[in-house]
Amino acid sequence: MSVAPKREDYDVVVIGAGPAGLAATATSAEAGLTTLLLDENIGPGGQVFRAISSTPVTDRNQLGADYWVGADLVQALRASNAEVIHRATVWSLDRNLDIAVSTGGASAFVKAKRVILATGALERPFPIPGWTLPGVMTAGAAQTMLKSSGLVPDGRTVIAGQGPLLWLLAAQILRLGGRIDRILDTTERRNYFAALPHAFAFLTSPYFTKGLVMMREVKAKVQVVSGVTELSASGEGQLASVSYVAGGKRETIPADLLLLHQGVVPNVNLAMAAGIEHRWDDLQLCWSPVLDAGGNSSVAGIAVAGDGAGIGGANAAVVRGRIAARAAVEALAPAAAAKLATMAALRSDLAKAERGRPFLDTLFRPASQFRIPSDDTIVCRCEEVTAKDVLDSVAIGATGPNQLKAYRRTGMGPCQGRLCGLTVTELMAQARGKTPQEIGYYRLRAPVKPITLAELAAVPKTEDDVKAVVRG
Amino acid sequence: MFRRSEQDRRPQVQIFVDGVAVAARQGDTVSAALLASGRDARRSTAVSGAPRLPYCMMGVCFDCLVTIDGVGNRQGCLVPVAEGMQVEIQKGRREIGR
Amino acid sequence: MRIEYDVAVVGGGLLGSAIAWGLGRLGKSVAVLDEGDITKRASRANFALVWVQSKGLGMPAYTIWTVQASQAWGRLAFELKQQTGLDVALQQNGGFHLTLGEDEFGQRTELVKRMHNQTGAADYKMEMLSASEVKKSLPLIGPEVSGGSYCPLDGHVNSLRTFRAFHTGFKAFGIDYFPERPVSAIGKSGGEFRLTTPTGELRAAKIVLAAGNANQALAPMVGLYAPMGPTRGQVVVTERTMPFLPHPLTTIRQTDEGTVMIGDSKEDELDDRTLKPPISGVMADRAQRMFPHLSRLNVVRSWSGIRVMPQDGFPIYDQSETHPGAFVACCHSGVTLASNHAFEIARMVAQGALEPELVGAFSASRFGRAGAANDSGY
Repeated sequence: MSVAPKREDYDVVVIGAGPAGLAATATSAEAGLTTLLLDENIGPGGQVFRAISSTPVTDRNQLGADYWVGADLVQALRASNAEVIHRATVWSLDRNLDIAVSTGGASAFVKAKRVILATGALERPFPIPGWTLPGVMTAGAAQTMLKSSGLVPDGRTVIAGQGPLLWLLAAQILRLGGRIDRILDTTERRNYFAALPHAFAFLTSPYFTKGLVMMREVKAKVQVVSGVTELSASGEGQLASVSYVAGGKRETIPADLLLLHQGVVPNVNLAMAAGIEHRWDDLQLCWSPVLDAGGNSSVAGIAVAGDGAGIGGANAAVVRGRIAARAAVEALAPAAAAKLATMAALRSDLAKAERGRPFLDTLFRPASQFRIPSDDTIVCRCEEVTAKDVLDSVAIGATGPNQLKAYRRTGMGPCQGRLCGLTVTELMAQARGKTPQEIGYYRLRAPVKPITLAELAAVPKTEDDVKAVVRG
Repeated sequence: MFRRSEQDRRPQVQIFVDGVAVAARQGDTVSAALLASGRDARRSTAVSGAPRLPYCMMGVCFDCLVTIDGVGNRQGCLVPVAEGMQVEIQKGRREIGR
Repeated sequence: MRIEYDVAVVGGGLLGSAIAWGLGRLGKSVAVLDEGDITKRASRANFALVWVQSKGLGMPAYTIWTVQASQAWGRLAFELKQQTGLDVALQQNGGFHLTLGEDEFGQRTELVKRMHNQTGAADYKMEMLSASEVKKSLPLIGPEVSGGSYCPLDGHVNSLRTFRAFHTGFKAFGIDYFPERPVSAIGKSGGEFRLTTPTGELRAAKIVLAAGNANQALAPMVGLYAPMGPTRGQVVVTERTMPFLPHPLTTIRQTDEGTVMIGDSKEDELDDRTLKPPISGVMADRAQRMFPHLSRLNVVRSWSGIRVMPQDGFPIYDQSETHPGAFVACCHSGVTLASNHAFEIARMVAQGALEPELVGAFSASRFGRAGAANDSGY
């Protein structure tokens, strides 16, 4: 079912088949470059267009028009002669643009002249008390099940958090006949004022009307509590209730399923392991790669496109994918670039797609109490390290995430820091009175996803490599 | 916790969970099939033995770890079901030789 | 902030921390000056063996010193537990070096012979075992294992927890730990050492240079000499699995948490941000030939680290003739020798003089002699 790459060398290797990766691959392949698209999922689409070619949800209104845009991207990809491999996990990418990819339990090694990282986003950690209980999931998880398997919540369901995806998910669940008992909106009231200066751009962006219609649709059917300032989940080995404070009043409601969401952040593991420089983004509260206008990173030959380059949404991701691909074509086959949309046209598309983004970023900037936990709340889900453990380590001298690893093993489990990294950086920054940029992030290295020892053992090696290991 | 939409017309696939036959649909991931089955699919962690269910369903959290066809610690949310697949709920650390 | 200390220890890794902790234990007022989050720290990139076998070829005193450290480790683990409540998971039930194929077995046999023939070395048991003998202790070995050497004194420990225990112990002993304060200059005036750091000067009656490979640059500031020859090592780590390995090996150990660590390489490369997958591949291949069931385990991490390595591979402990009160300590085996550093070196520093009968052989004056080769057993 999984196949190995057909060649050892490619002009362009694109990693990730979400909006940016699909667009980048089609553009690059249409221009005649040998192009390989590697993707970890079963089919194309990434998260936003998940299961676009296989979803059992056939009533197009239920998933919405914005979802079905993905089908056109997939069609464009299939019309191109790009090589596409799904269920392919890239576990190593280095400065020489050597790529190690695991498909069907074996690794292949390919070299690219240009790499376009389109590894997208993941949901921001939402470390509240009880967030590791069975029955607590991300909103994105519920949406994944809805799109790819037509599954909807049918127990007592609470959705908590903020941001456009939360409302979209709620609308989709309701349209498919699923159950939502309550929505707990954690948007900080002061954010509404902070976002005002960006309101005009937003009002004239496509987000506005769509968002408004969707919120009305949901609010007509579900009780929505706004101004939620505290949130916790509890139960014995299984979620039993959700507790929250709104307007100074605490309420506890029974629940079987709690879906959490407070925005998405770039998925930086592969980019960081490749040595790409990142900076802390004070507005989006996450690490973003340092890129030029063509999406090129600090590592020569590697570009980053899509939400992995900083959150911009699906439309912006598509354009960023085309920009990165065009830059690759300009570098490798300048004559072919003439056939593509001009850089100026693409930049204007991007400006249009990013319109309204500062408003959303400001309005849905998550509150500090939901990003920076305290006491016994788990920070690192894999190694089960609490906020108190982190603060104790700071007290005996841990200055940053890497010393913290030595003291407490945070980030050393299989998720490799994806679910704790941002929390650790912000928690340590707060405790030490430093900026997140000063605190820094885990130092990441290959393999960026677990691979079996047998796969690693099968890496081609030389006599010298053996000599470096075998000694008396 | 979850139920299937009536419009789901995908063919059925039978998998076995701890030896018990469970009906899944073609295209389900193992984790989706487990959550849809209504069975207690909680694994327990390698660190403290705490119970967990999948959290992210997109391959990043590793809370969906499960033994599939005798191989432990597979990410159930990334593996599609196949006819006759043997799934075991994992308790604690991965066992030797599995 | 106090600016006067009995002793300032430069370097807060395992070696500096052990000495500082030992000094605090003796009631001294101690400051530890350390670097920050991103630096080449052997303390968080080591293999955590408390290891005796094969160490000291070419320098019998190193064998004796190592055996002493191994024997004192139990006391260190006990005292750390008493003080901090942290169990450093010391296990000293003997360790193996496994060989694959007949050539490796022959080479190892040669080495064991040379160790035993060395006069003056400590009398400890290191013996060659056949594959079937090894199998009695390590039932899961694969068919390619030709045998190996075994030493009953060998063991391992949780080195990260040891590091944390020392730093936790600092608090109880009133030791001041200053991270993000690398030392750029050291002077002596008015009977005091003055150490220049980015956030001001710190003064102390004595200093111990324990800054790993950076000792090479710091030592000459106080009339000392510490020639270093660092190398890079890579290590691969698996997910947690049920216990399968009752003894540590030179290249494979299972931690008390359940992860399996697989080492290690020796490369003339000093960039610890990168890895060479083919080298990890060799390590992985050898590990699965030693224990075939490991092949199915998932590798969750790998890393490279820079070894602190004196030029000839043996430790350097020295005191300054020109700057009395200045000491230098560096060695590769910061884990194995931690007990000696905490108890013996700390005691000598507190007294104000190293004892030649214990550590005289480790003076850097030996580098004056020509022809010292790196043959310490690594």
